Amino acid sequence: MNTGKVTGVISNLIFIEAHGAVTQNEICLIHSENKQLMAEVIRVTGTQVSAQLFETSMTIKMGSLVDFTGRMLEVELGPGILSKKYDGLQNDLTKMSGLFIEIGQTTPPLDSDVYYNFTPLIQPGETVHAGDWLGSVKENWIDHKIMVPFVLKGAYTVVSVVKKGDYLINDVMAVLTSEKDEKIEVTMVQKWPVKRAINAFQQKIRPHKILQTGLRVIDTLNPMAEGGTGYIPGPFGTGKTVLQQAIAKNSKADVLIVVACGERANEVVEIFTEFPKLTDPDTGRTLDDKTTIICNTSNMPVAAREASVYVGMTLAEYYRAMGLKVLILADSTSRWAQALREMSNRMEELPGPDAFPVELPATIANFYSRAGITQLNNGAWGSVTFIGTVSPAGGNFKEPVTESTSKVARCFYALSQKRADAKRYPAIDPIASYSKYLDYPEFVENTDTSLQKGWVALVKKCKDLIRNGLEARDQISILGDDAVPVEYHVVFWKSEMIDFALIQQDSFDDVDMNNSLERQRYMFNKLMDIGDMEFTFTEFEEVATFFKQLINILKQMNYAPFDSAQFKKHKKELDKALLHNGEKMVTQL
Amino acid sequence: MGFKRIYTKISNITKATCTLKAEGARFGELAKVNGMPAQVISVMGEDVTLQVFSGTEGISSHSDVIFTGSPPILKVSDLLAGRFLNGYGEPIDGGPELRGETRAIKGNAVNPVKRSKPSTLLATGIAGIDLNNTLVTGQKIPFFADPDQPYNQVLAEVAMRAEADKIILGGMGLSNDDYLFFKNTFSKAGVLNKIVCFINTSENPPLERLLIPDMACTAAEYFANDQKQKVLVLLTDMTLYADALAIVANKMDQIPSKDSMPGSLYSDLASIYEKSVQFAHGGSITIIAVTTLNEGDITHAIPDNTGYITEGQLFLKQDADIGKVIIDPFRSLSRLKQNVIGKKTREDHPQVMNALVRLYADAMDAKTKKENGFDLNEYDKRCLAFAKDYSRKLLAVDVNIPIDQMLDTGWQLLQTYFKKFEVGIKENIMDHYWDDEKTVNA
Repeated sequence: MNTGKVTGVISNLIFIEAHGAVTQNEICLIHSENKQLMAEVIRVTGTQVSAQLFETSMTIKMGSLVDFTGRMLEVELGPGILSKKYDGLQNDLTKMSGLFIEIGQTTPPLDSDVYYNFTPLIQPGETVHAGDWLGSVKENWIDHKIMVPFVLKGAYTVVSVVKKGDYLINDVMAVLTSEKDEKIEVTMVQKWPVKRAINAFQQKIRPHKILQTGLRVIDTLNPMAEGGTGYIPGPFGTGKTVLQQAIAKNSKADVLIVVACGERANEVVEIFTEFPKLTDPDTGRTLDDKTTIICNTSNMPVAAREASVYVGMTLAEYYRAMGLKVLILADSTSRWAQALREMSNRMEELPGPDAFPVELPATIANFYSRAGITQLNNGAWGSVTFIGTVSPAGGNFKEPVTESTSKVARCFYALSQKRADAKRYPAIDPIASYSKYLDYPEFVENTDTSLQKGWVALVKKCKDLIRNGLEARDQISILGDDAVPVEYHVVFWKSEMIDFALIQQDSFDDVDMNNSLERQRYMFNKLMDIGDMEFTFTEFEEVATFFKQLINILKQMNYAPFDSAQFKKHKKELDKALLHNGEKMVTQL
Repeated sequence: MGFKRIYTKISNITKATCTLKAEGARFGELAKVNGMPAQVISVMGEDVTLQVFSGTEGISSHSDVIFTGSPPILKVSDLLAGRFLNGYGEPIDGGPELRGETRAIKGNAVNPVKRSKPSTLLATGIAGIDLNNTLVTGQKIPFFADPDQPYNQVLAEVAMRAEADKIILGGMGLSNDDYLFFKNTFSKAGVLNKIVCFINTSENPPLERLLIPDMACTAAEYFANDQKQKVLVLLTDMTLYADALAIVANKMDQIPSKDSMPGSLYSDLASIYEKSVQFAHGGSITIIAVTTLNEGDITHAIPDNTGYITEGQLFLKQDADIGKVIIDPFRSLSRLKQNVIGKKTREDHPQVMNALVRLYADAMDAKTKKENGFDLNEYDKRCLAFAKDYSRKLLAVDVNIPIDQMLDTGWQLLQTYFKKFEVGIKENIMDHYWDDEKTVNA
């Protein structure tokens, strides 16, 4: 192993004089007070090495010994990842001793003493490649595939595979030989460098299937696709985190990876406390069963923020290779970008816009491109859907992180300060936001059969209805209530109805927080039918009164379980209001 | 330690830093330059750069430099109670030297899995807070206020009313008048035995401010964790703290990011605010801070980064219609209120709170309409009348009533000014609390 010694410290940037060869992004260990502190090589100039320390540097002395490990930052992949709470470097936080995180404390990411029941999926003599399934174990309720290690290149022949039974993760499950007759022993555990994508699949195709998040403004108006990408920018206080947690709780994904990157510790605590109690609406198991949390909160080491998003993405790719639908949420990618900026600044690199490093757009693009829906070697499908939040400085979307992200993410959920101030939650701006998947022919075709014929056209019509409503509102506020035709008020109030009954959703109400696609389809048609109706009012004041009543009934419907007696009661009220208010305001269908 | 080497050759002096050749220095270590406290902010081979807290006036290239071998420390014990200290944790009240366990300030982060979910109500009696922006122990929240607003008075008021075992004041760049105001308020209230103050006034060197929040949080951690107490930390004014950060970054030739602030501003502020915590054993640290704004501009890097870190923010606003300072219901937010409202408080709390704010928004729209010279309709007029009453009875900072009474007042306002279908409250709550007989606009 190569070594070196510390020659300088500026905050978490460490300067090392190296003896021997050093690789860029290699992990080195700095000896300090009987501990070994992890750092990543980020620049090599002759024998001078700069490394970013994943800890605070207060204890490091000049001249301290440094070991270069020769490996990049890696994660351990194997059964036992689900339900874990990791820090940004995949240390299991639950296994740590003490109330406070001691400097240099590390814990193993997997449990070496837990038995998993292994079922072989392959016979000796078969030919396999990286990522092929050798067998399966039960991890919580998920079929966790034991795969041919991703690092192996070329074809291998299965020499032996163990019988069905209980094994530890480090037991040898299968023996393979390469074409050159090298013998490889495969356990349940393998390692992978986080900054490289796992590419053990046949092909990556264009996303086409809707991923249900349970949120109307997303699923109905700006749908996310399986294997798709999206981002949520918004000023503070507009509900980014609440929105992301709502998506986490309600989405139809097999595996959920939550990366809390440089955000508030209390928010992670909320996930820790709630997820074990919450039922996954899809499977009836607890949400915790299918979730891994990677948590590097804002007071934890800054350099590990970058690591945390890559660790999360690598775990997601690992589960995708098992043919699972994985959703990864990162809150917030801006904190990661800021960590890059802090380091770039300390290294005295020439800065790009707003002092961010110039390679920021490329770094972000590269990361988002790791999502996607893939066909595995055996023909099965798996997907990684990625949604990141962005915290734009000053709430201004014209800043480097938001701009770089907008170029790569296909869905845009813009949170608006104005909506948040008016407590119209989720504060997703219905006009500014978009889902590019609505323009994918594959997606249109898929919704035609899975939801209803002409679904996407109806969605676009609804967006026009909202747009017209906003224009009418502007006219009304410029010219005055009675200076515009009454029809303007009708147009405006139709869009208000869409706003209150569709876009707004109470994420703290047990019923309203999560809508099935079926329910959304029903209500959306109902609303669009009303949108098509022509009303005749004589006074503009009647319009507001009438629609407020409609909105009130529609909201009560949203609060009632779908198709319950209560729901039906409100539906009758709605029909009645639509018919009978016509005495004075003639209703025509 | 015994013998400590004295260095007498300083190679470089800027307004805030000096550099010398020295051996064995560590990043973050405290040193004395001519007896003045300084901290190591960079070590490059033998070149050690020190940030001199009091500024470098009077330092010569031959001044004495001694390294203490440890980062800044505070001596923690129950003897802290009732004391007034400076940024170095030294008494400024003429009392005896502190004794107790020596602790490095800026301690390690609490393991997130060992935290508890903050869910104990912290009542203040101010309806603009308790009703609309309910606080919880273990929370961190700043007041966003313009310099002309009475933020320190409101902060003191909140501190006096909130139920806390210890109140720790971190004053950064406090005017001497405000320092005396806090001192008088605490002594008049007879709570001197449960306060600890770390004070840097505007007369003290600005860089000394950098130590104040960490000192306050270290003391808070002692009482909250070692003594399992409910601790309230008051930090005012964090804008002046951030300004001091900018000075150091500038002197170190760092490339500034937005608004001349260092690129690490977010992490620097987060390391302080994240000290707020709810421990499983019952102890807690709640941080209420003040961030002064420039003409209400929250897009400036300091309030902006703060907003992303803290769990909400409280805006003060002068309401000209009632001539009082109110807590702005639109811009203010307590993120942790969801943990208690309707659970630790009455079930109708969330719905009443939202209905009132939504209708207040309608009133503001009506106001804009009126100002633009348009005729108001009947609904607009009701909204405006409601807004005035709401502001006076619930939003004003001088309101001091229990939460149930705030809710009752809310219902009374709704019934006075609105029709049943206009309030948009869930049916089961309406059935229980809406009294048709009291409805004015049936």
